[in-house]
Amino acid sequence: MKFLFKIICIALLGYLVQLFLPFWSLALVAFLVNIIIKTKGFAAFAAGFISGILLWSAKAYLIDMNTNSILTEKMAKIFSLSSPMLILVTGLVAALVTAFASLTGHQFNTLFERKRSDVYR
Amino acid sequence: MKLFKFLISLAITVSLLYLLNNQVNVGGTALPPLGKLLDPFHGFWQNAQNDSLPYYANIQLEGLKGEVKVHYDEFGIPHIFAENNHDLYMAQGYIVAQHRLWQMEFQTHAAAGRVAEIVGDGALNFDRGQRRKGMVFGAERTYELMKADKETFEYIEAYANGVNQYINSLSYKDLPVEYKLLDYRPEEWTSFKSALILEYMIDALTGYDEDFESSNALQMFGKETFDLLFPESLLDTDPVTPTDSANQWAFEPLEIDTPKLDLPTDLVQNVLPKPDPDNGSNNWAVAGSKTKSGKPILANDTHLGLNLPSLWILLQLHSPDVNVMGFTFTGAAGITIGFNENAAWGFTNAPRDHKDWYKIEFQDESRSKYKYKDQWQPTTVKIEEIKVKGQDVFYDTVIYTHHGPVVYDKSFGDDDGYKNFALRWIGHDPSRVQTALLHLNRVSTHEDYVKAIEYWDAPPQNIVFATTHGDIALRVQGNYVAKWKDQGKFLMDGNNPLHEWQTLVPKAQNAFQLNPERGFVSSANQHPVDSLYPYWTYSPTYETYRNRIINRMLSAADDVTPQDMMTMQQNGYGILPEEILPLMLDSLIANELTDKGKAIVDSLKSWDYHYTVGSKTATYFQVWWSRLYRSIWDEFRIEDVALEEPSYFTTIHLMKNYPTLEFYDIDSTDQKETLKLLINESFNHTIDFLELWKEERNRDFTWGNYKATYVRHLADLGGSLAGFSSYNIQVQGEANTINSTKRNHGPSQRLVVEMTSPPQAWGIYPGGQSGNPGSPLYDNMIELWRTGAYHKLLFMLNKEESQNKIIFTQTFESK
Repeated sequence: MKFLFKIICIALLGYLVQLFLPFWSLALVAFLVNIIIKTKGFAAFAAGFISGILLWSAKAYLIDMNTNSILTEKMAKIFSLSSPMLILVTGLVAALVTAFASLTGHQFNTLFERKRSDVYR
Repeated sequence: MKLFKFLISLAITVSLLYLLNNQVNVGGTALPPLGKLLDPFHGFWQNAQNDSLPYYANIQLEGLKGEVKVHYDEFGIPHIFAENNHDLYMAQGYIVAQHRLWQMEFQTHAAAGRVAEIVGDGALNFDRGQRRKGMVFGAERTYELMKADKETFEYIEAYANGVNQYINSLSYKDLPVEYKLLDYRPEEWTSFKSALILEYMIDALTGYDEDFESSNALQMFGKETFDLLFPESLLDTDPVTPTDSANQWAFEPLEIDTPKLDLPTDLVQNVLPKPDPDNGSNNWAVAGSKTKSGKPILANDTHLGLNLPSLWILLQLHSPDVNVMGFTFTGAAGITIGFNENAAWGFTNAPRDHKDWYKIEFQDESRSKYKYKDQWQPTTVKIEEIKVKGQDVFYDTVIYTHHGPVVYDKSFGDDDGYKNFALRWIGHDPSRVQTALLHLNRVSTHEDYVKAIEYWDAPPQNIVFATTHGDIALRVQGNYVAKWKDQGKFLMDGNNPLHEWQTLVPKAQNAFQLNPERGFVSSANQHPVDSLYPYWTYSPTYETYRNRIINRMLSAADDVTPQDMMTMQQNGYGILPEEILPLMLDSLIANELTDKGKAIVDSLKSWDYHYTVGSKTATYFQVWWSRLYRSIWDEFRIEDVALEEPSYFTTIHLMKNYPTLEFYDIDSTDQKETLKLLINESFNHTIDFLELWKEERNRDFTWGNYKATYVRHLADLGGSLAGFSSYNIQVQGEANTINSTKRNHGPSQRLVVEMTSPPQAWGIYPGGQSGNPGSPLYDNMIELWRTGAYHKLLFMLNKEESQNKIIFTQTFESK
């Protein structure tokens, strides 16, 4: 549940932030969301990955549909990919960013968790 | 440990962001910044459009004096209505930038030799060539004259202002996709760039010369053979302005001092890349006496490299003192080829030898002095600073003499310290063509036209003209050097002042025609005049086929309609095969032919000489001819000397009149080849070659497939941006037919205007109004162009009319 919630949070906040800021803002969003919503390391990484690929692939897919693939096909040719692959690769780029930023957020949390557990154990 | 893990993943994230935000070099190719580029919120996805006119409806421009309305018709052509000229050209700058910003900047960068700073060291040699031949040197001199003309300067400044206000309105997301791919940003546009775009055209149209090749050939083959292989003129030429009762050259030509010829004897190997010698055009105007409506009809199609975004953009410009429509360059104020309420005009290149080379002798290695009139004169030095993307700045030292820049020296060309060659080129002289165009936009009578083109300096053009009053005219206009015979045909002596350009032909002595008896004027880059004209008019590239088919058709034409003229612009009939194929077929030894060979011969015998898309016969002929031609002139393909082969026209002349020329023998074989043997061998090779061609490509060699015309994106080098180019366009015609389409070259626009009141016009070009590959209007006209269709142009007399044909309007107001 938390996992799903995290995915939605990163994707939704990422969407909003991207309306104003360049692509690297995605990393900030993923980092911060993971500081607030705590999960295990692998879950953080996976949630980041999924939210990134969802957000960018979906956005790219919508643009592609809305514009009859007019530019997708030309750009796909330049990258020697098919159009669906270009949409997927677009998502993968975001996925890498959000996955590693999420992991970094998680690692950041663990820095303090350890201290806390030392005190109360 | 946890800190370590944190730092590791932080490091990964940060370096990932860095890599995705910057251009990365992978195995020599520069990958674009993938994060920025693929970001669907800001990257290339944002350039994809479903709306063909995705522009703001209300725009505020600083410095605008009144209101400007820009109406778009169904073809996406902007009709700009302004309350004064300043606003008109400011809006033009804004609108052209809105459609074509990347292209207009790229072309001026190319003119200035600044491509390496965008694409990297692959373009360094190109940039060096541009700098060394003095492109900026020439543009600066043109710009000085632009500044001196108050009106012209006001308009190009307003234009620049409009471009800049568009640039400043852009965030990364809005940038043309090429900036995102190549990872750079547009710089400020200046009115100097209007001079650079003109220099770009001057280079394309006057930049071709064969001086070194001719010098080499003269020394290798001797004068007698040279004159046989490179005659300046042959019978059968049909000049633009024939000598007749109206044209008797009743003027006193200027005196020119002719020296005793003593030329340098260097053999030169490496010469700069040249513009396509087929850069040329067709234009004609038919008098009312030959048309159905009784009104003149003017037609023009300009043959240039086929590129996307297209060189041309279609616009209408309206202010209280001008209403003009047609094709124009991105970066120039006004309309270049077009019409107004009273008149229409168009261009073909009017070639001549506009580029001469002088051997320079330096006093010593410092190159601070050179010999002129047997005395040592000081040189000046220009250090060219060429920025190279991802690398250190490249500094190139160019020595200037009073002739011009020493293009070839110890570090350029043959890299030989004794081969110092200075360039004297029309492109170094100031040109007032921008002013001439602004005047042409406003002409109504023949007198106005003559006055307007008095400013036409370079590139010299055959300027065709027609009015609603019924006049047709054509003037061979521009700056022409009055030369002594053979001056500048070969490499010359920089020491001898008589080898220099002495004076220009007065413009009043340039050849012209006004309402000639034959009922039409026409030009297709052929000889401007016959030998009776009092000046020597040599060019290595005079056209020899298109002009004759045009004149043949126009002479026979009657009751001409605009539709006839459009059909004529598509004509793919070849005079070349008409004149040589019978001889080639005659020379085949019948009993040595295979069955297949016999069938091909039959198809060639019944060929109508039309280069149609589906014709395999046309391909057979073209391949056969070009292989034969290459085997005749094998002597010209040697490694260490630059040579140009004789023209097709001369080759055919020689084949018919000199059947035993020594050149028919192929040097690399022991046997003695004859013309007949070459014809037979090349025929057999053609059959084998085309079978192999078909097998390798799994496509039949119809003319359309074999020619495989394509329109190339300006930055598509070797297929790197193939997605933005348009390939395998099935279009009829050949270089020497009216529809002069080659593989990547051909009619870059077509215009037909009937001089009714107001004029009616039809136009098309192989591209689209938008420069954005993500726009429906990026390449939408290519298919129409291919099939010979035209847009009937909407020429609005005022901004209120034809509102039912307007699909979008932009309103500009002062900020």
